[in-house]
This record gives sequence, C-alpha cells and structure tokens, in this order.
Amino acid sequence: MAAEGTGNRQRAIAPMLRLPTSPDEQPYLVGYRCPACGAHFIGSGRVGCSKCTATQPLTEVKLSNRGSLYVYSIVHQSVPGVAVPYVSAIVDLPEGVSVRCNLVDVEPDPAKLEFGMPVELVTRKVRERTEKNAQDEEETIDIVAFFFKPSQN
Amino acid sequence: MRDAYVLGVGMIKFGRYPDKDVSQLGGEAALGALKDAGMSIKDIEMFVCGNLFQANAMNGQKILQQIGQTGIPVFNVSNACATGSTAFREAYVGVASGMYDVTMAVGVEQMGKMGLLGGGARSGGESVEGVLGSGLMPAVFGQAGVEHMRKYGTTAEQFAKISVKNHKHSVHNPLSQYQVEVSLDDVMKARMVAYPNTLYMCCPTGDGAAAAILVSEEKMKQFTAKPIKVAASVLTSDPYTERDLTMPDVNTLTRNAATQAYDKAGLGPQDLDVVELHDCFATAELLHYENLGLCGEGEAGHLIDQGETALGGKVPVNVSGGLLSKGHPLGATGVANIYELVNQLRGNGGARQVEGAKAGLAHVIGLGSACTVHILTA
Repeated sequence: MAAEGTGNRQRAIAPMLRLPTSPDEQPYLVGYRCPACGAHFIGSGRVGCSKCTATQPLTEVKLSNRGSLYVYSIVHQSVPGVAVPYVSAIVDLPEGVSVRCNLVDVEPDPAKLEFGMPVELVTRKVRERTEKNAQDEEETIDIVAFFFKPSQN
Repeated sequence: MRDAYVLGVGMIKFGRYPDKDVSQLGGEAALGALKDAGMSIKDIEMFVCGNLFQANAMNGQKILQQIGQTGIPVFNVSNACATGSTAFREAYVGVASGMYDVTMAVGVEQMGKMGLLGGGARSGGESVEGVLGSGLMPAVFGQAGVEHMRKYGTTAEQFAKISVKNHKHSVHNPLSQYQVEVSLDDVMKARMVAYPNTLYMCCPTGDGAAAAILVSEEKMKQFTAKPIKVAASVLTSDPYTERDLTMPDVNTLTRNAATQAYDKAGLGPQDLDVVELHDCFATAELLHYENLGLCGEGEAGHLIDQGETALGGKVPVNVSGGLLSKGHPLGATGVANIYELVNQLRGNGGARQVEGAKAGLAHVIGLGSACTVHILTA
C-alpha cells in the first residue's frame, strides 16, 4: 500500500525503506544476504558479515513484507511529539532477520497482542519537510515511514 | 597474569549535585578510597576514569587536578552502562599484567534529571524514535522482559517483585539515592513507562561516583587494610545472535561472561554469597538470574516468588538497593558494585550484611553491548 497521495514528492524516513518508483510497485524493506553463510541483515550499507566474518560483498535483497510478531513493549512515555501509548514491536521476517517497528491498527493492550501473530508492512506519511529544491524553489516533501499491522494470514 | 586485590574503596551518596562538577564528585570518591586503603595519591601508579556523558572532557586528569597531579598515566574509558566496570577492569589488568603495583579506578557520572536514555533516534537526519519502534531503554528492556514472558509465562507481577525487593534493601544503604520501601501494589499501580516496566521498575538517573584501588600481592603486604581478591575479571561484547542487531541481546554476552568468570575463579553460582547485578529495569534482573546461573532455565520467576534473592535468602541479589533504588549514574555504577562487594566481603555491610559472605559477583551490562563479570573473594 502506498502512502496517501498528496501530490508531494515522497521520501523514506530511513534508507532501509524503499518506496515505489512506479504505480505497479510496492514499498519494501531492504536487507543484505551473506553469500558465504546465508545470514540476512536489515538496513542499508554493510561492509562484511558479522556472523561468519566473510568479507566478500553482501548481496542486496528485497525482504518479505509479511512476518510474525516476536515480542513487543507498550510505550507510555516518549520524546516530545510522539503520541503514546503505542506498541514498539520486534517482527520476525521469513528470511531469518527481524525488524523493529511500531505495530499499528491494534489496541496497545497485551491481551490483544498474540505472540507469533501474522503481520504485514504498510507505509504512511508521518511528517512534512519544506526545503529548497535544485531549482532553489521551496518544495514540500512527505516523509514516509513503514509500520506493521495485523494481517489475516 | 598475577593475582590482584582490591585494597581500598570509596563512594559518595548517589543523588543530585547541581553545584558540583564531575572532577569534584570523582575526587571525593577517590579520596575515600585512598583513606580506606591507607594510601596517598602519590602511591597510585596508574589511574583509570570511567565516565560516559562527558567522555571527551579528560575527566581522569581533571580528578587528579583536584587531588594530586603526580604525572601518572591516565586512561579515560567509556563503555555505555558498563563504563565504570570497564574502568575497574582496566585498573585490574594494569596490576594483573605486572605493569603496575598500584592502580586506581574512578567511575563518575553527572546526569542530573536526564531521562529516557537510548540511541538510534535518528536516521539520515530524520528522527525515527517512536515511529520505527523505540530505541529508548525502557522499551528495549520491556521487550527483553516480554521475551521471557513469551518463553516461560513469566508475569508482570513477578517482574514487579524485583522492584519491591531492591527498594526494601536500599532502606539499609545510606549511600542509596532512594531509601524508601514500596509495596507490590505501589509498583503495579505506578505509572506505566514501557510495558511491563512501571515507574518503580525503572532505575532513576542521577549523579554519583565510586572508586577502587587495586594492588599486587607484594604491595598488599605493605598496608594494613583488609584486601579482597579479584578472583575473576571478564569483559565480553555481543556475539552474533539472530535478533541482536534489532533487539539487543542482553542474555548471550552475560552468559559468556559468567561462564568465563566461574571458570577463571574456580567457583560456581552455588558458591556465591552475594550478587550485585545490572537491574537497570526490573525485567533485566529476572533475566540475569538465569544468565548468571543462579537458577535453571525458566526458573527465575519461581526464584523471586520464593524470596531466594532477598536478604536472608539463598543468594541475596542487590542488597545495596540495586540500580533501581541505589541509582544508576552510568560511569559510577560498575565501581559502586565493587564498593558494595568489598564491604560485604569485609563484613562491613551494616544492616544489609549477608552473614559470613566469602564470595561475591558483580555484573554490569552496557547496551551496544558490553558485559563485565567480576568475582571477588574474601
């Protein structure tokens, strides 16, 4: 699901999130795979494998958009500007890598959060930035973040 | 490597000292340790200062500028929450290696009312805290506790009991930042910070300093203070584990450190009389019962339920009040643990003395991650 269209240019909140460049694409998280041992790492930029110590270049991979809830905490006190309570979750992806995220579209209540529940990636605009573009004109950019939400399977 | 002994310890009351600076707080603790050992700063051959938040300020030298500029080598170290214990270990290595006969470690921190510590809040200029989950310590240690719930069915109440125990212990520690008992009901009904940790299940921020003097066996004989042997000093970092880079694994590096320390000391967890471990959050203490081998896998909840880790129990943990009540001025914490163990092993524990304590373990973990385990014996 792409972020709601405002007509503004979109920018991912973090380099590990890749936004669609055409309407038929889906956003995804990027990771790296070690060609020697098969370990996966999330996040952009890696100079080696910390599992097996192999030094050959790691292969960039597109990570799955579906995973399962490993554990969570419900955050009631945060930095200014962050609405609480919210669920900070660790989601396991099938590649054998995990991702930290906000779990959305679910009540922040331990009774509603089942270990292992299936979740899927969504992206949403979280803030705007106004900055000068290459033509020295003011431009508003939508900052888009990823979240996970409960899924049906 | 040769044996090294702690000959003197000093500590100031943890709290808030807005009218003093780091060098004064550290200097007071250093003078306390010198007095305890019956030494002068002129006896110290090498000096290590542990401090995190002002790590670029040459605090070790600034302390000597307060108490005696003798021109000795000074190291300034930082290792997250394990900063103080790393400073102590470096001072230990200085003696154990044979390079020096007398070294001093000072751990000091001035945090004031700084709160909600943690990193990873920015990514390429954009703040991600609270958007891509939380990298702040309450949530990180909340998740670590929830993982234990998932594995073993541990309850929020069992975690809360840790806070009750440590606050109760702290009533007998005049150097503790807080010295107030709290009931289980108080803890459970306190404001939630990050599930399952409520306010009383999170350590406070504050200011503090502690110091320790290490000596060789030969040097020890020239002084009358009661020496305490460092039977093991271990420092580990986080090895690769599946989720470590996303959800800091506080368990594996602690287990590795404990295994190495028991091996080196020739002791096992059953031989420990007193343990000071890293209860930055109530959830953390419970996990470390298993990580340090104080009980079997999945038995930590039962251990706290049975009161075995309270003063008078089988293996009293955090009789000083722990980080939860004594306080956690990051750089000072690891040296303050040594202060507590040395006093316990000398029989100077006052109302919180563990009867006949002969062996003690101090554990610290700094997220990112660094873990120290020290075993001290009378």
